[in-house]
Amino acid sequence: MSRRGILVYAETIGSEIHPVTFELIGKARELAEKLDLEVWSTILGYGIADKAAELIYHGADKVYVYDDERLRDLNVIAHKSVLVELAKEIEPEIFLLGATPWGRSLAPRIAAALDTGLTADCIDLQIDKDGELLQIRPAFTGNILAHIKTSSRPIMATIRYRVMKMPQRDPSRKGEIIIRKFNDVDCDGIKCLGKVSERRINLADAEVVVAGGRGLKKKEDLVLLEELANLLGGVVGVSRPLVEEGWISKDHQVGFSGNVVKPKLYIACGISGSPQHLAGMRDSGMIIAVNSDPSAPIFRHADYGVVADLYEFIPKLILLLKNRKEM
Amino acid sequence: MRLGLRIIVLIKQVPDIEKVRFDVETGRIDRSSAPAETNPFDLHALEAGLQIKEKLGGSVTVISMSPRQAESSLKDALARGADRAILLTDTRLAGADTIATAKALAAAIRKLGEFDLILCGEKTVDGDTGQVGPEVAELLGIPHAAYVCEIREITHEWIKVVSDMGDKYLYELKLPALLTVTRELNSPRLPTLKDLLRAKRSQVEVWTADDLSEYVPLDQLGFQGSKTRVVKVVIPSTEHRRGIMLRGDEAVEKIGMIILSEVLGK
Repeated sequence: MSRRGILVYAETIGSEIHPVTFELIGKARELAEKLDLEVWSTILGYGIADKAAELIYHGADKVYVYDDERLRDLNVIAHKSVLVELAKEIEPEIFLLGATPWGRSLAPRIAAALDTGLTADCIDLQIDKDGELLQIRPAFTGNILAHIKTSSRPIMATIRYRVMKMPQRDPSRKGEIIIRKFNDVDCDGIKCLGKVSERRINLADAEVVVAGGRGLKKKEDLVLLEELANLLGGVVGVSRPLVEEGWISKDHQVGFSGNVVKPKLYIACGISGSPQHLAGMRDSGMIIAVNSDPSAPIFRHADYGVVADLYEFIPKLILLLKNRKEM
Repeated sequence: MRLGLRIIVLIKQVPDIEKVRFDVETGRIDRSSAPAETNPFDLHALEAGLQIKEKLGGSVTVISMSPRQAESSLKDALARGADRAILLTDTRLAGADTIATAKALAAAIRKLGEFDLILCGEKTVDGDTGQVGPEVAELLGIPHAAYVCEIREITHEWIKVVSDMGDKYLYELKLPALLTVTRELNSPRLPTLKDLLRAKRSQVEVWTADDLSEYVPLDQLGFQGSKTRVVKVVIPSTEHRRGIMLRGDEAVEKIGMIILSEVLGK
């Protein structure tokens, strides 16, 4: 029997569905039309069964639900076992997961168990002229984009959050919800003992990021960026050195080893633009860079470059924006 | 009770990403443009291994699957305090995707015999996948924790770690287990001159595909064993950026207007 569907893993945070899931279902729907396949989704967790309909409203045809107390925690062995078993049974042509930290930890185990190819952190999926799936992903710290094809099945990929379009929710959409039983597996090797801390800010979802780098002279000066960010309804980001100096938590770090962001507006203040930083923000809508060094690499990646001392420029900009806002 | 932990650290040699140049036309990486170094994330894995050894005793073995030149990274690991270094090098291992790489590494680990803990960096600066670690764990049938930013406690039987998945979670893993670590975990030590001289004289063991044949079919390794193929490489264009440069007070006015109209739609 030939393979008939694209399977999308619905990631849950607590009992909520991670929005990357809907983006993937939207993309899967688009690919499914071209490849004449169905869109399947699966959701695992505890107390999540009532969420399955949301997956259908966003474009799934069938949803496999595993609702069990033993799946409540992010136990990689338990979740992997369920997904491997399901993939072996329903044999998807393509199997997509979000390239979240959890997705990127879980997917490789599934791929290894299924002995199939897995492409990490894709930013696009296309069908080429031969009707084959092209997976496009950054490599070399975002310096290149590789186009990748997979010879084994299912084709597995993790997809970056906020690169695919969020599909329209249609509560009149119909689909099939299939309740499954969790067959206990030996997952004693790993135990989740609980959450130790919550992420304080969510850079990935921010519409505006005001980011600071080595051009800042001291920790206290972050207040300046905070004021601008607040004014614009945004959040403060930083380059890696500031996190390493201990000025601010890693939640704020933009870059290859921090967070990848895609806001409408990115204002880089006193950031030179190392490859590792660019990898985290190059896909932003509009990029404005402020740096006193006219040769800073960041200017080559900016829509608007301002050669200025940020200590002079930012307060003036804040003042202007405040005045206009009041008008 | 046995003595010490048998620790394995997986490392990779990569080009210095701050210096490497790319050919925009062909998308090729000009490896001669940048010196090679140990993947920065892997140094944190090695440091974690050395710290655990210092606390509980045991040994640290580093393994790298690389061309011959990666011997320098392995010697550097020996200088920092690793006890044994193994280089898997063979043209039959070249061109491997993550699955084929993980199979070779898992086979090498099996060949080494029993172990307690495998450590690797969360990802490499060249491949960027972060997949090899969890794939090795699956192939060896052991638990793993990814993005480990803190090791809370370790005994001969289990380890407690904090995994940074946006929110941070505390996990307890039974040994043997595998961890992929972040740069927050520790500060890697630097080898002293004496260490470097000692390491220069020390031996890196070289294994070929034949050394792994007892543990994995050779046609599953290297390019032949890979399930994914790079069909094209492009350099992301920065041309769509306007690149308009501004100075002075005029810049304040202009940027202010742009932010208000284009971005905030006011």
